[in-house]
This record gives sequence, C-alpha cells and structure tokens, in this order.
Amino acid sequence: MQNAELFTLTYGAIVRQLLTDLEDVDEVNKQLDQMGYNIGIRLIDEFLAKSNVSRCVNFKETAEVIAKVGFKMFLGITATVTNWDVDGSSCSLVLEDNPLVDFVELPDMCQGLYYCNVLSGVIRGALEMVSMKTEVTWVRDMLRGDDAYELRLKLLKQVPEEYPYKDDE
Amino acid sequence: MGREVSESCIDALITEMVSSYCNRFYVNKPEVSARRIEAIGYQVGIQLSERYTVERPRFSEHLEAIKFICKEFWSELFKKQIDNLKTNHKGTFVLQDNRFQWLTHMSINASAETTDSSQQEPHSPNSTTLDANLLQATSMHLYFPCGIIRGALSNLGIPCAVSADASNLPACSFVIRIKA
Repeated sequence: MQNAELFTLTYGAIVRQLLTDLEDVDEVNKQLDQMGYNIGIRLIDEFLAKSNVSRCVNFKETAEVIAKVGFKMFLGITATVTNWDVDGSSCSLVLEDNPLVDFVELPDMCQGLYYCNVLSGVIRGALEMVSMKTEVTWVRDMLRGDDAYELRLKLLKQVPEEYPYKDDE
Repeated sequence: MGREVSESCIDALITEMVSSYCNRFYVNKPEVSARRIEAIGYQVGIQLSERYTVERPRFSEHLEAIKFICKEFWSELFKKQIDNLKTNHKGTFVLQDNRFQWLTHMSINASAETTDSSQQEPHSPNSTTLDANLLQATSMHLYFPCGIIRGALSNLGIPCAVSADASNLPACSFVIRIKA
C-alpha cells in the first residue's frame, strides 16, 4: 500500500484534462467509465490471485466480496451492501469513505459530471471477466450534493463459464 | 492524512491514462498525446510540491530545490531517493533512478523474454528490436513523471524543461534544464 495522495491528485488531474480536451461532460463521464472498465479487466487477475476468495455461489456473495475484500485491497476502504431487490439481482454499495474525492470541489460548469465514474467502470469490467454482465450506476454522489456515495449494481446476465480453462491464459 | 491505496491502483490508473490518450483520444498524434500526458503530470507535480513544502522555508538556490526533488520528493513518491545527481553547473541537472518503479514491470517483461537467447549480452542483435519497441512504449509513460518534476520545480519558482532517458532499463535518467 502507498500514500493515496498521488493517486487522488493524478485522478483529479486526469478528470480536469479530460474536461478540457473533450469539452463535454457526458463524453467525460463515458470516457471515465471506459477507463475504469479497462482497469477492471486487468485488476481482476491480481484480485483473484491475492484475495484467495473461493468461488462466489451467487450475486449476493459477489457483491459482499467486492464491498469487503475488493475495495479494501485496492482503495483501502470498505462499502456496505444494501437495498437488495426481491430476486437478488440488484443491490447498492454505499462507500464508507472515498479516496477519489479528497481535495475535490466541482465548479458549476461541471454539473452533470460523475466524477467517480471510473469506479463504476472498474466494477463492471472486473465482473465481466468473471462472466457477469452488469450495469453499474451512481445513485448518490456527495459531489452532487447527496449525503453519501452509493453505487447501484444490477446483474444483467450471468454467462455460463466455459470449460476447460486454459492454464496459460 | 494516512489514507492508503494499493500500488497497483496507481500503476493501473497511469497505464490506462497513457493508453487512453495514445490509443483512443489522439490516435496517430503522438505529439499531442505526449503534451496532454505531460500536462497531467505537471498539474500533479504542482500540487504535490505545494503539499510537501508547506512547512519549509523557500529554497534560496536551484541546487537546494533540485536536492529536495532528489530526496524528500522522490521518497514520498517512490519510497527511495534518486541514486545519482549530476550537474554541469550551468543549469542542467541529470537525476538518475537506478530502478525506476513505474518502469520496472516493463523491464521485467523484457528481461524475461531475452534471457533465453542473450543472457549475458543485452545488446546482441536479438534484443535490438525488442529494445526499440520497449523504448517506444516507455517513452509515452515517461511524459508523466517528466511533467511531475517540471510541475514541482515550477511551483518552487524554477521554470525548466524536463526530458527522460530510459535506454538503460530499469534505470531512468531525468534531465532538467533550468530556463535562464
């Protein structure tokens, strides 16, 4: 682990540069999500290698593992899983802390920006690598005046895994 | 403040930022990508330098500021100091990190591929093309730390140009030219 300052400031500088270069808040949201997705599909390997979690039996367990093990391993924080729907296919992750947003204040011109969109992309990308198609969206965002950071996770499709695995891939 | 994230988080973010600029936003315009990546680093450098010098009197000469970059600043970022500092005493400084953290994974990949054919000969013909490809990939990544150094010094009142030389992986040299 290392001091979060560099990470937080780098992320802030990236968002700022994207706003300048892309000139459109919706496009910035989209690109942050895409960057997150690309990061997620790479970080999942490290997660599986280091976490020693056994295979999750269902989406409920998966959400708990993300909240308690995944967030802890990478961002040093945890989240609470709440608001399950009846069939157990969507839930909320409420972050207990958020290292992305230290020192951040959004100017008025950034209304509509989902500053932390990289994070929803990371989760979506990582889950896709373990055969779960999901939709991940922000429902509460303190930078937009809400009282917490809350992500909504919705399982769209669970792709049956193919056997046998190739060991060298 | 004590908050910590994993090193892989930072690595992944930087790698993805570089790749987004080179492969998505400004495809076929490497010079534009390079400027943007450097600009992001510059911003980070200014802010880091601001934070790390809060309790410190102003540097009275360039060499002091450069030494600060080599020691405290580098240690905060990489948990080690710059290994070698050279200067021509005319405003050019060369800072060498013998094992630059942000490039170590690249050099590990390279050495893994070269060990079979050219174990003791890093400059044998076999490794030449590999070296060239590696250089190309690393050069984009290096605009970020170059920007950080330029931002940090600029925040200390020292305008300069910074370039990097990674032809000797995993060592990396940063050349700082202070503007008169």
